Formats: sequence, C-alpha cells, structure tokens
Amino acid sequence: MNHLLSWIIWLPVLGMVAIAFIPRDKTELIKQVSAATTGIQLALAIYLWRIFDASTGSFQFMETAEWIPSFNITYILGVDGLSLPLVILMALIGFISVFVSWNINKAVKGYFSLFLLLNTGVMGVFLSLDFFLFYIFWEVMLLPMYFLIGMWGGPQREYAAIKFFLYTLFGSVLMLIAILALYFTCGNTFDMLLLMDTAPTALNGVLWWGMSAMKVIWVLLFIGFAIKVPVFPFHTWLPLVHVEAPTAISVILAGVLLKLGVYGMLRINYTMLPDGVFWFAGALAMLGLINVIWGAMCALAQKDLKKMVAYSSVNHMGYVLLGMAAVIAASGMNGNNLISAQAGLNGAVFQMFNHGTISAMLFILVGVIYDRAHHRDIEGFGGLASQMPIYTGLVALAFFAGLGLPGFSGFVSEFMILIGAFPVFKTIVIISTIGILLNAAYFLWAFQRVFFGPANEKYKDLPEINKRELFTVVPLAVITLFLGIYPRPFLDMISATMNVLIEQVVSLGGLAGVM
Amino acid sequence: MSNLNSLSHFWPELILTVTVLTAVIADLFYHKDESRKVAWWVLGGLALTLFAIQMGGSTVTDLFMGTIALDPFSEYFKILVLIATVLVILMSFNSKELQDYRVGEYYSILAIMVFGLFLMASAIDILMVYLSIEVVSIMSFFLAGYLKKNPHSNEASLKYVIYGAFSSGIMLYGLSILFGLTGTTKFVEMQAAISGLSPDSNLALIISAVFILAGFGYKISAVPFHFWTPDVYEGSPTTITAYLSVAPKAAGFAILIRFFNQVFGDSSALVSESWQALNQIPWPQLMGVLAAATMTVGNLVAIQQKSVKRMLAYSSIAHAGYMMMALPLMSESGVYGIMMYLLMYLFMNLGAFFVVIYIQGKTGGEDFEDFNGMGWKMPFVGVVMTLFMLSLTGLPPTAGFIGKFYLFAAVIEAGPQYYWLAFVGVLNSVISLYYYFRVVKHMYFIGERSETVEMPESNLVTIVLLFLAIPTFIFGWYFAPVANWVSKSLVIFQGM
Repeated sequence: MNHLLSWIIWLPVLGMVAIAFIPRDKTELIKQVSAATTGIQLALAIYLWRIFDASTGSFQFMETAEWIPSFNITYILGVDGLSLPLVILMALIGFISVFVSWNINKAVKGYFSLFLLLNTGVMGVFLSLDFFLFYIFWEVMLLPMYFLIGMWGGPQREYAAIKFFLYTLFGSVLMLIAILALYFTCGNTFDMLLLMDTAPTALNGVLWWGMSAMKVIWVLLFIGFAIKVPVFPFHTWLPLVHVEAPTAISVILAGVLLKLGVYGMLRINYTMLPDGVFWFAGALAMLGLINVIWGAMCALAQKDLKKMVAYSSVNHMGYVLLGMAAVIAASGMNGNNLISAQAGLNGAVFQMFNHGTISAMLFILVGVIYDRAHHRDIEGFGGLASQMPIYTGLVALAFFAGLGLPGFSGFVSEFMILIGAFPVFKTIVIISTIGILLNAAYFLWAFQRVFFGPANEKYKDLPEINKRELFTVVPLAVITLFLGIYPRPFLDMISATMNVLIEQVVSLGGLAGVM
Repeated sequence: MSNLNSLSHFWPELILTVTVLTAVIADLFYHKDESRKVAWWVLGGLALTLFAIQMGGSTVTDLFMGTIALDPFSEYFKILVLIATVLVILMSFNSKELQDYRVGEYYSILAIMVFGLFLMASAIDILMVYLSIEVVSIMSFFLAGYLKKNPHSNEASLKYVIYGAFSSGIMLYGLSILFGLTGTTKFVEMQAAISGLSPDSNLALIISAVFILAGFGYKISAVPFHFWTPDVYEGSPTTITAYLSVAPKAAGFAILIRFFNQVFGDSSALVSESWQALNQIPWPQLMGVLAAATMTVGNLVAIQQKSVKRMLAYSSIAHAGYMMMALPLMSESGVYGIMMYLLMYLFMNLGAFFVVIYIQGKTGGEDFEDFNGMGWKMPFVGVVMTLFMLSLTGLPPTAGFIGKFYLFAAVIEAGPQYYWLAFVGVLNSVISLYYYFRVVKHMYFIGERSETVEMPESNLVTIVLLFLAIPTFIFGWYFAPVANWVSKSLVIFQGM
C-alpha cells in the first residue's frame, strides 16, 4: 500500500468531512462513522506494525513531496521504532475513546469532528520528519483540545481550557524560536534527517551572548516539550485539565498527548543536540526523580479520584525521564556500559507505551464510576466491592498495574529503567524507589476507601459496569497483562532504533566534550 | 522624468481622480435613499485602477521630477490598498450605523483616500511625503466623524484632528531640520548628503529622525504615538475602523521602509542582502525598543477591554508592533516579512471587523457579551470568526501564522543580537491568545445552545466573509504563490 503513513494521518480528516455532511440530529450515525474511521486507522496501524522491518533502526515508509520550495519546506513522513509504538498507541486509544465518548449527547457532531482532528494532529507529530510540518501538527492539536475541554468539560472547564491552551502555546512558541535558530545555523533546512547529520557539528563552539548556542536551543526545546510531559515545575496545568476534561479526552491526554513531549525530546534533542544530552542528563534524572516523588506525594493527598490518577501520571512520566537520562551510560567516560543505556532507553519507551495503556484504563474506570455516582470523591464511596464485583476486579487490576506489580507491563518497564539508570545515577535511583513505595500507598489506600469498609447506603443500587464499558477496558487490560509476562514483541520492535539513537548520542555527543 | 512624460505612467491615479469627480457628481443626482449607489461608481473606478496598475508593467522609474517612484514595491502596496478598499465598501453596504446618513460622500471620500494612500506608497520626496500623509489624514478625519448624530463619532474625529495636527507638525519640523542639513528634498540626494556630514551635526540628525518617526509612527499607531487609536477606532463607524486599521497602516509601513532605508540607510538599499544604518543614528536600537513597547502595550491594554471593537483596536497596535520588529534588521527578509504580514493581516483583520459589524447589526452592541452563544446560533459566522481569531493569534494552519513565521524568521536570521526581540514577540503572541479566545469563549462556551440555526440573510455577507476566510485558511498551508509575488515586489526605485 502506497502512502500508508499519509493514510494513517489524514484518514480522520476524511472522517471529519464525512461527518460534516451528516445532519446533526443523526447522532448514532456520527458515532458509527467515527468508530469506523478510527477502526480502519487502527487496522492500518497494526498492518504497519506487521510489515515494519524491526531489524533496522532507520526510517521506513518514507514519503516526500515538495511543499514550499522557497523556504525549503518539504512534506516528509517516515516511521521508525520510536514512533511506531506511539502510532499504534494513538490508533488504539483513539478507537477505544470513541466508545468511551458514546454517551456524549451535547453537540455530538462538533465533538466527534474535533475528536478526529485531534487524532490527525497527534499522528502527524509522530510521523512527520520535517520540522515545519512537525510544528504545524503540534499546534493543530491545541484548538480541538481547547474546544473539547471547554465545551464538554466539568464546572471549571472554561478556565481549564484556556489554561491548557496558554501553557502549551507558551511552550511551543519557544520551540518555534529554536526551530528557526536551527534552520539558520544549520544550513537552511527543516529536514530533520539532514539536521540530525548537520546540527551536532554545526553548533559546535557557536556562542550567543557568551552562552553556548547548543545549550540555549536545547533549553528552549526542552521547555516546550517539558510542558507537554509535564515535567516539574511545568505540571500545574495537568491536574486541573484532567479533572475538568470529559473522560475520553482525559484518556487521550494521559494516554497519548503526554508522550508527545518525550517523543519530541528523543526525536529532536537527542539526535540533533547530542552534546546537550551529556550536559543535561544529570538535571534530567533529577527532574525525573522530582516528578516521581512529587507526583506520588500529591497523589497521596488527593480527595478526588481523577486528580489522584492525574498525579500518578506525573509520577509515571518521571520514570521515563530517568530512563532517558541513562543513555549516557554508554559513553566512554561512564564506562562504555551499553547494556545499561539500552535498558534505560528501551525501558523509557516501553514505560511510555505502558503508561498509555494503564492510565487510559484508570481514567476510563474513574469515568465509569463518575457516570453513575456523579462525583469522584474518594471518601464519598465505601464498600463498592459488594455492589460491583466485576468493576472492583477491573479497578484492582488497573491499580495493581499502576503501582507496578510484577506480572504487569508497568513493572517490566520501571524495572528496566531502574537497572539502566543505576550505574550512572546511583543515589537518584535509590531515592526514587521511595516513589514506588508511595505509589503503592496511594493506590492501595484509595482502593481500600472506595471499595472496602461498610457499604454506603446511597450507592446500594449502582448498576454494574456495562458491556460497552467492558469493551473499552478489557483490551487494555489484556495488553497490560500480556506485555507484563511476555514483553519481547514490543522490545523487538523498538530495540534496533534505540541502538541507533544511543549510537547517535554517544558518537556525536562526545565531540565538544561539554562535561 | 519630466512632468508631461510622467502623465503616461500615472494612469491609475488619473483614473482615481476621474472616479472621485464622477462619484461626487453622480451623488448630486441620487435621492438620499439611493445614495449608496455611488458605491458602484467607486467600485467601477477602483476596478479600472487595478486594471491600469496591472497594465503598467514593471517599469522602475521616477515621476514628476523625482517626487514619486514607480516600482514593484509601491505597486504591491497599491494593490493591497485597493483590495482593502473594495472589501470595506462591500462591508459598508451591510452597516447598520450608516443607514441614517446620506452615504454618497462617504464613498467619494474613500476614493480620495485611496489616491492619498497611492501617493504615500510611492513618495520619494519629503514634500510629497508630507502632502500625501495630509491627504490621507484629512480624509480620515472626515470619515471618523461621519456619524454626525453620534457624539462618540464626533469625539473621535476631533481627537483625530488634534493628534494628527500635532504629529504632522512635529514631523514637518523634523523634515525641515533634515532639509536644513542636506539642502535637498529628495531621498536619494539626502542619503548622499548625510554620509558627507561632519559628526557635529549628529544631534540634529537624531532629533530630526525622531521627529519624523513621530509622524510615521502616528500613521501606523506605534507606541508612544498611539494614544489616538483606541478612541478614534471606537467612535468611528466600524467599517472605517476596519479600514483605518489596515490601509493607512500598510501605506505607513511602505513610507517608513522607504524613507528610513533610503535616507538613513548606508548603501543602495535592498540591492545587497543587508545594509547598515549610518553610524550617526542608533536606528536599530531605537526601532527595536519601539517595536517591543508597541506590541507589549497594545496587548496588555487589549486584555482589559470589554468591547470587541476596542479590543481589536488595541490589538491592531500590537500587530503594528510585530511588523516593526522587522524594521531595525535592515535586511531584505525583514522587509519581505512585513510585506507578507500586511497581506495576511489584511484578510484576517478585515474579517474580524466584518464579523463585529454583522453582530452589531444583529444585537445592537459590540461587547463580548453580545457574542454570547453566537457560535451555536450562527454556525457559519462562528466558524469564520474562530478562524480569524486563530489567525490573529498566529496559530497554524492559518495565514496569521505564516505572516508571523516570516517575521520571526527574519528576526532570527538577523543574528543573536535580535533574539530578545523575537522572545518579546512570541511571548506577546501568547498573551494575545488570551483575549482573542475570549471572543471564542463567549461565542461557544457561554450562553444557551439554540436549536434553530441562522445563516446570514444576505448573500453579500456570506460572499464577503468567504472571500476573507478562504485566504485566511489557504495561505496558512499553501502560500508559495504569495511568497513569489512578494519577492517580485521587493524591487525599490533606487537612483535618479
């Protein structure tokens, strides 16, 4: 199939056009079209995975088309072992989210149009290899998110929507400056593949106001991406937005959108500014540690179940940062420890995917109880286990996966990250294990308060989880369990690319000797 | 070129003169209720003018003994002015404010203003500079006060006159100092004379540069010469507010670029990639600080407004600031960025104002509250307004992003000493998101969803809105033809 990647990106826009022609009172049809669109997209993503050649770390299924020649802007797409799992994740979460949003009844046509547009934006970011195109897709995501939160969200939705928009726009304009600075210092090109070759050497020794240009660009890009992750101290938008957003949007936000930041760092900072990786790795590990501890402590203090899950995302993304920092283990001055670097980086990408499935599951389950009880106050329930046994079982499974119990995928990735980071960041890794403990504490404590204890009379008649809801949770639970026991298919898919990435960082990053 | 020979290259302006005369005479024969038919005469004249400009070819020469330049640069701005004028005339058909008045003169005055703007875009002699600015200013005073039964409109006109007189007085003083130093009124001769001046006259040069800047700054409403803008923009008929925020601003930038590049620039401007300011004048620093101040003040005050019209007025100050970022760079790509931005700005800003006019006609007000629930009630208007707001903020994939992209690219290209300006610029874009999206918030998030959907009852409204919205969208992702057109228009008349 030609132009497979373009199909994956633009299919939702086709769905959007189809929806535009459906009268707005035919809500069932609109939902069916959305389900069909994302279903085909998921099928294409799985097909892509099947025909993807995992033995090589280079870009595959490349597409190139002339766009704006006068500014050297080209339409370039490509997929490698870093973007492929995220594309599959987005297709999966996108498909499931359609069913999560099935009971949306306010302005259905608008909701699903924006939903599909968001999907295109995310896919575009993962697959574009031209910086200009990347930036366009990056920004295209913002508008649908603004409307989806602001129109279908909770009581404080307007405030949450504009806060999200302002925060992320602030990050992305800094990124725009960095992109333009790279363009003009590295041979007038937006082509990421070219920049990966030229940028590491072109920026060598360039000083701006006495500061290394490479460091300035690194920090600008990092802030832009860190806001998306979110890295402490840029995380304050996340709990608010999660609490106000409708369930399906929380699912996409936690499941996929947070990964965009990490993806950006690995795709751009790591390959184009490898020197900066060495300069920043310590800070990155430290920020990862703060995310782990801070996220867990905040989660422990929450009374709102959804806010607790939101803070658990801050915690989980902290491990990703820690794993990313471990890449410097492979350099000469850190003992040529390639195994550690591989474990850390593979673990980081695996953790991204696992957090995608686990947090999606958590948010869906929180949404289920919210739909029935119309509140999410942890203290306001009690004894639900006897009313909703199946639901309780699923929440227990999701919570165990979230706290990283062996047998679930989260355990494998966190373990890989910790052993990868240990040789270089011993103290940080040791302290971060406190985070695991806190992690277990808030999940188990919340579970106990909601499901055990005396049954709350008010919720005697809560209906059990229904088939549609089961359909959204079970696939994610199966993936989590399967990858927890047998992670190899996933790691095989990404490891060749990770080796190329480590090679790029270590061989080009040693040049200036910034350390 | 001698006066008589010049006439054969002066067709567009001659046609405009005939148009004005025809419009004035035609107006005498129309009854008050029919006076809007004058607009068709004017529109016809403008179409002929456009045709004449196209026929003129790309001759580069001077006219009328070196007072007016004929070059692709001025042609670009003339076309911009024509597009803006035609759109504003079409918008005026739908204006409720103008209904109670005889509008024949309104259209005639607009045509005179076009004539003035044409001269502004092509003046290369300080006398012509002053004359053209005055023609435009005096016509603006009339138009701002056109709603004579409305005290706000009267106030706007009076304020405009006072500020206008004040700033053109200062500018005239600056020009006279310059004439005293150089002994000539022509740009190119001035440049030569200034390079030969002794350092003793530096102070006088700087004073004259600042004074002249006051005159130009007033036209593009740059801080600190912007104080007239909000009151005039609020009191004027909204159609005129829209016009003032686009056309005179474009011509103001044309004259600013030409004057400072040719008089205070060091080499033959726009021939080489970049050129230096004459040593005597701290021109880049001065313009950089003014640009930063202009966008910041415009944005910070726009946040506090209750009226959408007033918000757009202040935000137009901010947009002038974005474009001014590219002035101190003195590079070809800087001028290129300004020209791109002006074109994008024309569509999105006129679009936003047109929606305000339309909502004003529906609800009788122009406050944020009057937009409540409009997105649900009138889906078409809501969607295009969202597009205009998106574009004014500068988000892709809209024209506004491409405009800003070229401006920021020019600033970054100029080197690290200008990065602070780029930072101020992008942070201002983020600030502007807040107030632009307040409109969107009121349209969609506040107010009841109505079950009935309204389309604009007049086809003209739909067509004009589409004509503004489609370029705002298309130029966001396909702008190669525009980029080519602008780069062809970068040729500026150089010598005698």
